[in-house]
Amino acid sequence: MSTAAVNIAGVERIFPAQAGGSPVTALTPIDIHVKENDFVTILGPSGCGKSTLLRIVAGLDEPTNGLVEIRGDVVVGPGADRGMVFQSYTLFPWLTVERNIEFGLREKGMPAGERRDIVRDYIAKIGLTGFENHYPKQLSGGMQQRVAIARALANDPAILLLDEPFGALDHQTRGLMQELLLNIWEADRKTVLFVTHDIEEAIFLGSRCLVMSARPGRIKADISIPLPHPRHYRMKAEPGFLDLKVRLTDEIREEAMKVA
Amino acid sequence: MLFVAGWSLATYGGYVSPIFLASPTRMIEEGWLLLTRFGFMHDIGMTIWRVVGGFVLAAIVAVPLGIAMGAWKTVEAFFEPFVSFARYLPASAFIPLLILWAGIGEAQKLLVIFIGSVFQIILMVAVTVGQTRRDLVEAAYTLGSSDASVVWRVLLPASAPQIAETLRLVLGWAWTYVIVAELIGSSSGIGHMIVDSQALLNTGQIIFGIIVIGLIGLVSDFLFKAANRRLFPWSLA
Ligand SMILES: Nc1ncnc2c1ncn2[C@@H]1O[C@H](COP(=O)(O)OP(=O)(O)O)[C@@H](O)[C@H]1O
Ligand SMILES: [Mg+2]
Repeated sequence: MSTAAVNIAGVERIFPAQAGGSPVTALTPIDIHVKENDFVTILGPSGCGKSTLLRIVAGLDEPTNGLVEIRGDVVVGPGADRGMVFQSYTLFPWLTVERNIEFGLREKGMPAGERRDIVRDYIAKIGLTGFENHYPKQLSGGMQQRVAIARALANDPAILLLDEPFGALDHQTRGLMQELLLNIWEADRKTVLFVTHDIEEAIFLGSRCLVMSARPGRIKADISIPLPHPRHYRMKAEPGFLDLKVRLTDEIREEAMKVA
Repeated sequence: MLFVAGWSLATYGGYVSPIFLASPTRMIEEGWLLLTRFGFMHDIGMTIWRVVGGFVLAAIVAVPLGIAMGAWKTVEAFFEPFVSFARYLPASAFIPLLILWAGIGEAQKLLVIFIGSVFQIILMVAVTVGQTRRDLVEAAYTLGSSDASVVWRVLLPASAPQIAETLRLVLGWAWTYVIVAELIGSSSGIGHMIVDSQALLNTGQIIFGIIVIGLIGLVSDFLFKAANRRLFPWSLA
């Protein structure tokens, strides 16, 4: 078997008991193989362990059992090969847009000239030309998340991890962000793990959708999304899309009812 | 304003004897005399130099140590108990001891300021650095930062405005220590002048001295704030 981009093998996470409580099992053993250049969405009700799973892949948290491999190498901590975009706004407030995007490039010791070209390229891709010298607080939430995506991608990671990056945005903005992300992905087809609790988002973006059960989290369905690329937002009203939506809605409803 | 009005009423109205409290005009006359005839500018200069000297020394020691304590739990565990204890030791109580150790020269004055400032700065900086947003640190790690570069590129810049604010606050306190240090065993400085004036029952000079201290404090505070605004434009609301 060829090495997968991401191999999640028997990953389990039990948080130790807090004072007066019992241990929380966030993830029961999970196995996932992600192929290179796949866009995998992970869909589940809130509290099911999506963030925990993604943080383990990022190396920001450790599994109680099991392991994660990236292109065959076991994850032992965070690293530049896995770019991450968080739901909270995590741009460095003391750095301008430009400097935020080149943060990882400086870590690599890349010369200024090369950095400038890459940064300019990504600023154009996310449509923020003219905002190079703005500070994060001068940007809207959508703009900040675009910069966060550019910051992660500029590093050219093997895989991009996104944890509900558009969760805090209003519906219109979220739609635009999805298209922007999809455009970028369609151009370079980087491997992506995208966590969301939004069914439409999971279908529109993904080539494959993993549905997680309510806590303790496990993968309850693995659904391929064979919709053609490039995708356009109007696709959200077409029959193929709606069929998938019904199917995923059924899956998610079952889980949501368990915790509601 | 109310303060000046009350003061004027008490003194011009003859409610308080001039021996205990000089009137505003008398105070200004005495102040003018101090500045032109008794070399008070030199006293002011000495006092400022002592505060700034002791404070800068304290900052040079305390800021790096505070950052290290905020960044690494082991460093914190090592120093925290002592520093927490030491911060409650009143700097002025050290003055007799310091006079024994260091005489009544400049070293003693600088040490009083140093002791009064250093522990406060260490603890406040450590808390500030320790409170750096966790998600920013994590973001840096996913961008390939090492532990050392997280300190330099995240903890330090994220804490810088608050550290500057801490320094501003502690500098204000340093002004109170210096005067106490000068009240005891000193031959120059604003505090020394105040003691001299007390011997002569010259309340005008004492009040003038106090007001000068207040004004210098105000100016240094203003300069600090202006510098912070310039240095950290990103942190303003
Ligand atoms: N650091 C932690 N300590 C204890 N429990 C945690 C911790 N992080 C998450 N949990 C628990 O694990 C479960 C899954 O959390 P999370 O992965 O954030 O879910 P999701 O991202 O799907 O909303 C939740 O019940 C949460 O309370
Ligand atoms: Mg989450």
